[in-house]
Amino acid sequence: MSESHTGEHVHHELGFWRKYVFSTDHKIIGIQYLITAMSMAVVGGTLSMLMRYQLAWPSMISPTLGKLMPDAFAGGVMKPEFYVSLVTMHGTIMVFFLFTAVLTGGFGNFLIPLQIGARDMAFPFLNALSYWVFLLSCIVIFSALFVTTGAPLGGWTSYAPLSAIPAAGPGQGTGVTLWITAIALFTASGLMGGLNYITTILTMRTRGMSMMRLPLTQWSLLITAILALLAFPVLLAAGILLMFDRMGGTSFFVPAGIIMNQMPIEHSGGHPLLWQHLFWFFGHPEVYIVVLPAMGMASDILSTFCRKPIFSYRMMVYSMIAIAVLSFVVWGHHMFVSGMNPFLGSVFTLTTLLIAVPSAIKTFNWLGTVWGARIRFTAAGLFAIGFVSMFVSGGLSGIFLGTSAADIQLQDTYFVVAHFHLVMAIAPLFAAFGGLYFWFPKMFGRFMNETLGRIHFWLTFIGVYCVFFPMHIIGIGGQMRRIYDPTQYMFLVPQQPVNVFISIAAFILGAGQLIFLFNFLFSIFAGKRVLERNPWHATTLEWTAPTPPGHGNFGEELPVVYRWPFDYSVPGEKEDFIPQTVPATVVAKQ
Amino acid sequence: MPILVEERRPVGPPPPIKPADRGGEGDFGESGSAFPLSKGQIGVWILLTAIIMLFAGLSSAYIVLRGVPSWQNIELPSLLWPNTAVLLLSSVAVELSRRAIRRNDIQSMKSWLAVGGALGLTFLIGQLAAWRQLVNAGVYLPSTLQSSFFYILSGLHGLHLLGGVVALGIVLVMALRNRLTSLRYEPLKLCATYWHVLDGLWVYLFLLLLLS
Ligand code: HEM
Ligand SMILES: [Cu+2]
Repeated sequence: MSESHTGEHVHHELGFWRKYVFSTDHKIIGIQYLITAMSMAVVGGTLSMLMRYQLAWPSMISPTLGKLMPDAFAGGVMKPEFYVSLVTMHGTIMVFFLFTAVLTGGFGNFLIPLQIGARDMAFPFLNALSYWVFLLSCIVIFSALFVTTGAPLGGWTSYAPLSAIPAAGPGQGTGVTLWITAIALFTASGLMGGLNYITTILTMRTRGMSMMRLPLTQWSLLITAILALLAFPVLLAAGILLMFDRMGGTSFFVPAGIIMNQMPIEHSGGHPLLWQHLFWFFGHPEVYIVVLPAMGMASDILSTFCRKPIFSYRMMVYSMIAIAVLSFVVWGHHMFVSGMNPFLGSVFTLTTLLIAVPSAIKTFNWLGTVWGARIRFTAAGLFAIGFVSMFVSGGLSGIFLGTSAADIQLQDTYFVVAHFHLVMAIAPLFAAFGGLYFWFPKMFGRFMNETLGRIHFWLTFIGVYCVFFPMHIIGIGGQMRRIYDPTQYMFLVPQQPVNVFISIAAFILGAGQLIFLFNFLFSIFAGKRVLERNPWHATTLEWTAPTPPGHGNFGEELPVVYRWPFDYSVPGEKEDFIPQTVPATVVAKQ
Repeated sequence: MPILVEERRPVGPPPPIKPADRGGEGDFGESGSAFPLSKGQIGVWILLTAIIMLFAGLSSAYIVLRGVPSWQNIELPSLLWPNTAVLLLSSVAVELSRRAIRRNDIQSMKSWLAVGGALGLTFLIGQLAAWRQLVNAGVYLPSTLQSSFFYILSGLHGLHLLGGVVALGIVLVMALRNRLTSLRYEPLKLCATYWHVLDGLWVYLFLLLLLS
């Protein structure tokens, strides 16, 4: 048995398929998740470009698009139901199949064993299964784009009764059935992943790696996995009830007295708001499932490139725990205008504003980390700083939305779209880009191109602000979300030039991402080789492993940990970093 | 300018290796580490947490909808009472089996395990019969909100319990091949945990359905 502990042992026996495709190695699974999710991002991003085209030039006739997609662009003009299906598919793909998947499935799988000093996950087979079920769910949701009746129309929130009645719209038949199936598969895959993440972090830390010596990335992944474990089954429960409403004739979400095509439908007696409660009980924790790992990764990257310990490690951990707990009691802030009791609204306002406190603690700690640091402006470091910027910009508008009195005005406008894109889409996007530039050398043994990386950063940073900042203004000006043609509303016509500006910025932003894609793919094969284990002079365990790490990660001996992960710029030391594996005696001389 | 550092954490030697500390051995080593629960135990509890949250979501829907005007109670099938008794007995059997292996009484461990699994199957068949009772009474899935909930709650619970029966079967096969001893019986322990929680879950669901 002891022989099989070495990394080399199994190395040469596996063929190509077992090693790179049907692998149970957490690094391969992580990279598979990463690449699958990136492909989904390309799909979701393309959909958003079509949306921006429509919003800027709603009645323009384009014979080219009419020929390319005759079903969607009858006569060269986008059909309204196609626009709504774009909104739905874009949101669903981005929230679940990009962000949830890339941060926990991609980075989580790659980093957990490496950063805690383990050879693999606790249940490697289950881990592989989790990826394959995820891939299946991606295929199912992707296929929803191609059913003849159209893709689902209910938004990523799939509100009932629209989603509960197959005849309610062209995409509400097969389209919504595929949507529910994909989400159910995704939930199953996430459960298998989460089971691994929690068990691995709790039981497989190497000697000396106490909980309070974990990198913040690990803390964030652990807390995220627990959040997902508690939140996703509730979405599944809602999905099961919804499926029965659609196929079994039940009436959980369908009220009595709905008339369709001049005929009363057969359902009776359900409650459409029930869906909203169940969905948002899952939905709010879900936004933190996305942003927490981003916070953890950004913290570690920030500290590395500031060459300073993270400011107040303990408060970082405690505030993540506080955010996780509070995230289960704020869901009502998505339902302020649903006719809820005003007293209940005030309670949700209170809990919502409470969650801003731990968020602010984290923000100040990031500022404290950057403060007075001699920052190394690498692409990874820039993106980590960009994460903080986006999180602050998006978080501030959350405080307005969380106040029920203000939200009654702002609900369902572009102000909300601006808020959640900055805080839940762009901030994690920046953390994910930062993570890719940072860990790419460990993943593939090559660097991504720095210059292209910095150009990519600045284009993206300026681009997202040009796209999402003006949305606050047109939102306050009254532009509703999910509308097909703003110019049909007299009061929105004067704002239309802003929509044009946003769309042009969005196209430039989208094109900017091609630089990244090129850099990523090119660097896998032809990037500058990494010749050392620790190119960034970082402290955590993955940088003590070979580059790229072999099967089993650490060779013969597992690393032993003597210190926390943030010993940067320790006074009196020659080097400005001390890896976690360096024993205490070396520094005792100081 | 001095750099702003709020805290530095002390450097220390790693904690001493506890006898069971085999942490970090990935799939190459055996389970067991400094953490008080084994991988299997954590895994089962995570699975159970997910199942409990699933039913928590469904029962919160139940409680919300019980307040709507169109709510109509159905007459629950009388078979549910003996079914519940059978399920509780199966829990007792599984527990007796677990205690038997602790005494290294392999023979009664096997018998009790078989009894537990058989009673579990009996419960499932009984549940199907209860469905028939309802259907014969003219109460179908879409009839009323409570009947919809009854079929869905008992059906989903039954599916999860079926998983438990399969797991008991696998453990029984392991036992018949003499792979379980008083020192190594984690599979049985995990199964028993799962089984007891699912039994408790049924009792909870039954009460929820009764007390409308
Ligand atoms: C300072 C903390 C925050 C507060 C007070 C806050 C508050 C709110 C409120 C009240 C809404 C509902 C607006 C409406 O529909 O009228 C909302 C929407 C949203 N928030 Fe936040 N938020 C905060 C942070 C976050 C974070 C950190 C994320 C994600 C990582 C996030 C993601 C979202 C999303 C996705 C929506 C829109 C959901 C939809 O309707 O499609 N928020 N936020
Ligand atoms: Cu929320």
